Amino acid sequence: MNRLNNRFRASWSRFLAVFKKEIIQIKRDKPSLGIAFGMPIMMLLLFGYAVNTDVDNLPTVVWDQSRSAESRELLASFVNTGYFGINQYAQGYQEIREALDGGQSRVALVFPPDYAANLQLGKPATVQVFIDGSDPQVARTALSTAQLLVQAKGAALLAEGLAARGIDQGSGPLLEARPRIWYNPDMKSLVFNIPALIGLIMQNVTIMLTAFALVRERERGTMEQLVVTPVRPAELLLGKLAPYVLLGLVSFSIILAAGIYWFGVPVKGSVPLLVLLAILFLFTSLSIGLLISTFSRTQLQAMQLAFMVLLPSILLSGFIFPRETMPWLIRGLGNLIPLTYFLVILRGIFLKDIGLAHLQGEVFALLAFAGGLFLLAVLRFRKNLD
Amino acid sequence: MPAANTAGAPAIFVDKLTKKFGSRTAVDQISFSVPAGKIFGLLGPNGSGKSTTIRLLCGVLLPTAGTGTVLGYDIVREAEAIKQNVGYMSQRFSLYEDLTVGENLEFYAGIYGLSREECRQRRQELLTLAGLTARQHQLAGALSGGWKQRLALICALLHQPRLLILDEPTAGVDPVSRRIFWQIIRQTVTTGVTVLVSTHYMEEAEDCDLLGFLFSGRLLGFGPPALLKQQANVANLDDVFLAYVEREGEPG
Repeated sequence: MNRLNNRFRASWSRFLAVFKKEIIQIKRDKPSLGIAFGMPIMMLLLFGYAVNTDVDNLPTVVWDQSRSAESRELLASFVNTGYFGINQYAQGYQEIREALDGGQSRVALVFPPDYAANLQLGKPATVQVFIDGSDPQVARTALSTAQLLVQAKGAALLAEGLAARGIDQGSGPLLEARPRIWYNPDMKSLVFNIPALIGLIMQNVTIMLTAFALVRERERGTMEQLVVTPVRPAELLLGKLAPYVLLGLVSFSIILAAGIYWFGVPVKGSVPLLVLLAILFLFTSLSIGLLISTFSRTQLQAMQLAFMVLLPSILLSGFIFPRETMPWLIRGLGNLIPLTYFLVILRGIFLKDIGLAHLQGEVFALLAFAGGLFLLAVLRFRKNLD
Repeated sequence: MPAANTAGAPAIFVDKLTKKFGSRTAVDQISFSVPAGKIFGLLGPNGSGKSTTIRLLCGVLLPTAGTGTVLGYDIVREAEAIKQNVGYMSQRFSLYEDLTVGENLEFYAGIYGLSREECRQRRQELLTLAGLTARQHQLAGALSGGWKQRLALICALLHQPRLLILDEPTAGVDPVSRRIFWQIIRQTVTTGVTVLVSTHYMEEAEDCDLLGFLFSGRLLGFGPPALLKQQANVANLDDVFLAYVEREGEPG
């Protein structure tokens, strides 16, 4: 019993020595600190402000040949949707072409001279809408908004006209869809992006830092000294990884706090569950970092390998592009990335308040990844020591 | 540790020790025995198997054939006990350059499981011995070659090892530092510690109690320097080595 106790004390002492040493090294290593604290903040600003897929205030050029109360009224309705912002007035198609070619405007509205006259006579009137379709997402939003707006206006005018002739149309149109958007009612891309950003940043920070930390030991020759000491692989690994678990949790907290208090994206679901699953995800990232370190001789190689893992994870995990529209092969590749599952978990808990019952598949996938990758990494790490 | 295991045993004992890497034989059936409290010098050109022999003795590499004990512990089955009782210093500076002198010592104290009191005491003793007391808050990377080497030595001595293994410790170090280094080594030996040192420098070899000449993985000669010179009938160790290599070259 006493001997077992002594063995445990020695083991703990070795773990603690590695842990303390690693903390001191992180504190003195500017690049590591930059990755740990700079990267979350930089990515948060980048994705919080710059990468915004919301469409609003599209610069719009107007050629109003009608110059009537009717045309001004319709224009005002366009502006009121918030999607269109009039930035210039044109006289002729030549000017409209130039505005769209030059990119000063993305949408053009043209009222024909007889617009008001036709409306007053109860005849069909037209308004021309040109849309810059280079960015399909922007074009689609502009198109559907313009169509809905003009249809609604048309229906209102029709009802008005009928009423003027003494015909009561009743309770409105016979068929009507009544859409209600759940989970993210304002359809803000920020609400969708911030939760996912937590996963992406945690992944990047931990993979890069752990890969570097272990390769550094070999690159600088300090591993040569460690192998002749009584330190065991498990003590060395745990001692080196533990500080990065803490760092990973720090970046998790930074983004979570910024997401909630700065960007106003509240967590609808259980925060403890979120933290618990974040720790699980952290282990899969650490294992990937560890695995990368066993394949690299220098920090540069580790960096290149890390990017080979990080880039596909941004593109294929559903972080930016919806996975539902991907071809089956690409989607299959996405299934091999742990981040894919963590994003479903993050968005589920953040936006939909769903619990473990709805996330079983994802949690099992992460557990399998964490276990499998860690085992593989440790086996390779041990082999490398010989 | 069971005392019976180590009492009276030679510090190093190897019998037909062999290590092959694929088809290449790095260490070829070497046998020798070094009593405790001696300085044993391992001589040989680059690639002669010195480093491999050292790694086998440290329990870092497993032998292909043959047996050996270090401080009475079997090099295959009791590698952990060997690691706890051996201090090792390599030719390349392998401490943490981004840690201070004191932090490096504390790290290795933790790795060898020294208590806080032991650590404080040994740290003071060794810093004084190496003349590093004034530099204990300096980063190890900022030290010059000679200081770095002395720091590496006291890190290896921290846990009071009974065998000190030095792999070409004075390669690329100025003569003054080399002299101070050897003073520390000799002082250590008086406390009953055995030293295994591999070296290129023949004047260092003269100071050893026992010498082993390695060439192409084979042990060509073993014994006290004076005896080896007498046997080969030459005046200095360089010639001893030449005589061995010439004899190897002749068929039969």
